[in-house]
Amino acid sequence: MRLKAFAMGGIAAIALIAATGAGLAADAVKVGVVIPLTGGFQSNGRQISAALKTFVATHGETAGGKQVEFIVKDDASTPDNALRLAQELVTKDHVSVLAGFGNTPTALSVAQLSKRARVPQVVMVAATSAIMDASPYMLRTSWTIPQMANIIGEWAAKNGTKKFVTIVSDYGPGADAEVWFKKALEANGGTVTAQLKVPLANPDFAPFLQRAADEKPEALFVFVPTGAGAAFMKQFVERGLDKSGIKVIAAADVTDDDLVNNMGDPAIGVITGGPYSASHDSPENKAFVEAFKKENDGMRPNMVAVAAYDALDLIYKTLDKTGGDATGDVFVEAAKGMKLDSPRGPISIDPETRDIVQNIYMRKVERVNGELYNTEFETIEAVKDPAHAAK
Amino acid sequence: MVSGMSSAPAGVAGALRRANRWGVLEILLWILAVAAWFFLPEQHLILAEIVNFAILALSLDLILGYAGIVSLGQSAMYGVGAYAAGLFSAHVTGEPLSGLLVGGLAGAAVAFLTGFLLLRGADLTRLMVTLGVAAVFMEIANQADWLTGGADGLQGVETAPLFGLFEFDIFGRTAYAYSLGVLFVLIVVARIVLASPFGYSLRAIRDNPLRASAVGIPVNPRLIAIYTLGGAYAGIAGALFTQTQMFVSLDALSFQKSADGLMILTIGGTGYLYGGVVGALVYKLIQDVLSNLTPQYWQFWIGLLLVAFVLIGRERPRALVRAVSIRLARLFAGKAASRRVAEEKP
Repeated sequence: MRLKAFAMGGIAAIALIAATGAGLAADAVKVGVVIPLTGGFQSNGRQISAALKTFVATHGETAGGKQVEFIVKDDASTPDNALRLAQELVTKDHVSVLAGFGNTPTALSVAQLSKRARVPQVVMVAATSAIMDASPYMLRTSWTIPQMANIIGEWAAKNGTKKFVTIVSDYGPGADAEVWFKKALEANGGTVTAQLKVPLANPDFAPFLQRAADEKPEALFVFVPTGAGAAFMKQFVERGLDKSGIKVIAAADVTDDDLVNNMGDPAIGVITGGPYSASHDSPENKAFVEAFKKENDGMRPNMVAVAAYDALDLIYKTLDKTGGDATGDVFVEAAKGMKLDSPRGPISIDPETRDIVQNIYMRKVERVNGELYNTEFETIEAVKDPAHAAK
Repeated sequence: MVSGMSSAPAGVAGALRRANRWGVLEILLWILAVAAWFFLPEQHLILAEIVNFAILALSLDLILGYAGIVSLGQSAMYGVGAYAAGLFSAHVTGEPLSGLLVGGLAGAAVAFLTGFLLLRGADLTRLMVTLGVAAVFMEIANQADWLTGGADGLQGVETAPLFGLFEFDIFGRTAYAYSLGVLFVLIVVARIVLASPFGYSLRAIRDNPLRASAVGIPVNPRLIAIYTLGGAYAGIAGALFTQTQMFVSLDALSFQKSADGLMILTIGGTGYLYGGVVGALVYKLIQDVLSNLTPQYWQFWIGLLLVAFVLIGRERPRALVRAVSIRLARLFAGKAASRRVAEEKP
C-alpha cells in the first residue's frame, strides 16, 4: 500500500516537473500538431504523421531563420480532447501555430481558441466549408466537400450521365456532398431520382444498394468517409450491380490511395473526382512519393498526406516571408494569397476566405504496374470552394 | 418524517455528529487545492479539468456510493446539462452562474423523468436502462443538428465574466477558481444532505432495500430523490464544462463520459465523497503523462494500468486515505480525534 502511494506520488511529481520544466527557446517557432492517432479517424493521423516525417526529412527544421519545433498530440478523434490539448499547447508549450485536425468537429472545437488567443490554425484535413468562418486565424490546405461534389456533378451531366441515385453517409459532410452534387447536376440538365443516407457507424449498404438498383439509374453518386469505401465496393459487386451497367461516380474519399490497392478488381473503372492521386504525373509528385515511401516503409501517400505536407510547406514559406514572425495577424496576412507548388499541382490560399484554391481532377481506377491507382484523365483548374463563392 | 432521531440516545446522536465533522485530511486537501491556484499557474487547465471530472464522479458517488444505484448513463445528465448551459449562453445570456443553474435543473429534470425506469429492476437492468437512456439522448442530440450543431458541436457559446469581473481566460485561471468554488459548494451541500436522516436512510436502502422498507423507509421515492440530486450534480458538471471550454460537442453525451466517471470513482473509491477528487487526480495525471510520452500507444498503457489496479485491489486508495486521515488526526488532536475518524467507516 505504501509502495503504491509512493508510486502515485512519484508519477504526480514527474508530471508536474515535466509540465513546468518545458523551457522556451528564444529562437524557436513551435508548431502544435493535434491529430487523431487513435479512434475513428486514425488513418488520417497516420498519414499526417508520416507526411510530417517526410517533410522534416526533405525540408529540414529551419524556416525564416528560426528553428521550427513540432509537438505532436493525439486527440483520439474527439473534439473535447482536441480543444484541451490545443489549449495546453498554447498556454503551456507556447506554440505559435496550431495545425492538424483530422475531422470537422475537432477543427471547430479549437476555432474559438484560435480566435481568442490569435493563434493561426492550419487545417490539414477537416473538409466542411463552414470551418473557415469560425476563426479569422483559420487557414486550410486540404479541400472542401462542395469543391469536389460540385465539379463531379457538373462533369457527369456534361459527359452524358444524367440519371443518378445518391448514396451518402448520414453526417455533415455527407449532406454537403449530396446537396452540392445535386445542385451542379440539375443545373446541367441531370436528375437525382433518389437520395439515400446510410448510417455512419457500421454501414450495411445492402438494403440501400437494392433500393438504388430498383430505381434503375445510369449511375450512383457515392460519398462515404475514407475506410467505408472498401465495404461499399465489395457489396456493390456482391449484389451484381457491376454487371447491371450502373456506373459508380464518387468523391475521392471512396477510392482513397490508402485503400484502393486492396479493393481489388471490383474497383476498376470507378470514376472519382478529387484533389490528389498518388499517380499524379509531375516531377514534384514523383519526388514526394519517393521520399514518402522511403521515410515510411513503402507506405503510399494519400490526399490527407499531401494536404498535411502542403500545410507544413505553407507554414515554412509563410515564416520565410515574415522572417520568422509567427504572430497571429502577421502570419495569417502573409499566408493569404500564398502560392505553392504542391505534389498535387499548383495550389494557393484564397486571400478572401483563407481557404484553398486547387485543381480538381477527374480520375478512373486502373491497374498500373500491377497496382491499382486513380488515373487522372481530366483537370478542372483553380477551383474555389463554391459554398463560399456563392455567398 | 424520521422522528426517531430526536428520541435517539444522546450518545448515538453525538457519534453521528462527530462522524460528519470535517477531517484534517479533508481540510488539508482544500488548502492544497487553493494553493495550487497560486503556485501552479501553468497547470490551471488540467486542474480545472480534474475538478470537472471530480464533480461528475461525485454525482455518481451520490447514487452509487450512498444509494447503491449502478449506472452507465451519467453522461445523459452531464450532456443535457452541458447542452442546456451552452444553448442558454448562446441564446439568452452568457452569465455563468445562471447558466450553471440551468444546467443543474436540466440534469435534474432528465434524472427525475428517467429515474422511474430504474425502479423496475435490479443492478443489471439498471445498467442497461441507464446505458440505453444515455444512448437515446446522444442520438437525439446528433439528429437535432438545427439545435445542437450535431456532430460538429454547438457553436457560439460565450461565457461572460464571472460576477462581471473575472474574464474566462485561455490559461484557465478563472476556470479553475470557478470550478473549485463550485465543487466546494457541491461537497458542502452533499455533506449536509448525507448527514441528514434522509442521507442515512439512503445508506440503509443501499445495504438492504428489503429491510429498509420493512422499517418504514419509502424506498422508491428516496431512490428517485437521490437520483435526481445526482442528475443535478451531473448537469452542473456538464454546464461547468461548457462554460469553461466555451464549446460543447457530442462527446459530452458519449458512453466514454459515463465510463470515465465510473472509472474515476472506482479508482478513488465510493462512499466518502472524495473518491471522485482522488480518482480524477490520479487518472488525469497518469493520462497526461502517458499521452505525452507516447501519443500513439497511451491508451494501451492506461488499459494495462487499470487492469493491474483492479487486480491489486481497488479498495486500497480508500484504505490509504483512511489510514493517513487517522494518522493526521492523531497528530493534530490526540486520541479523541482518532476515535472519531475510525468511526467514519461505514
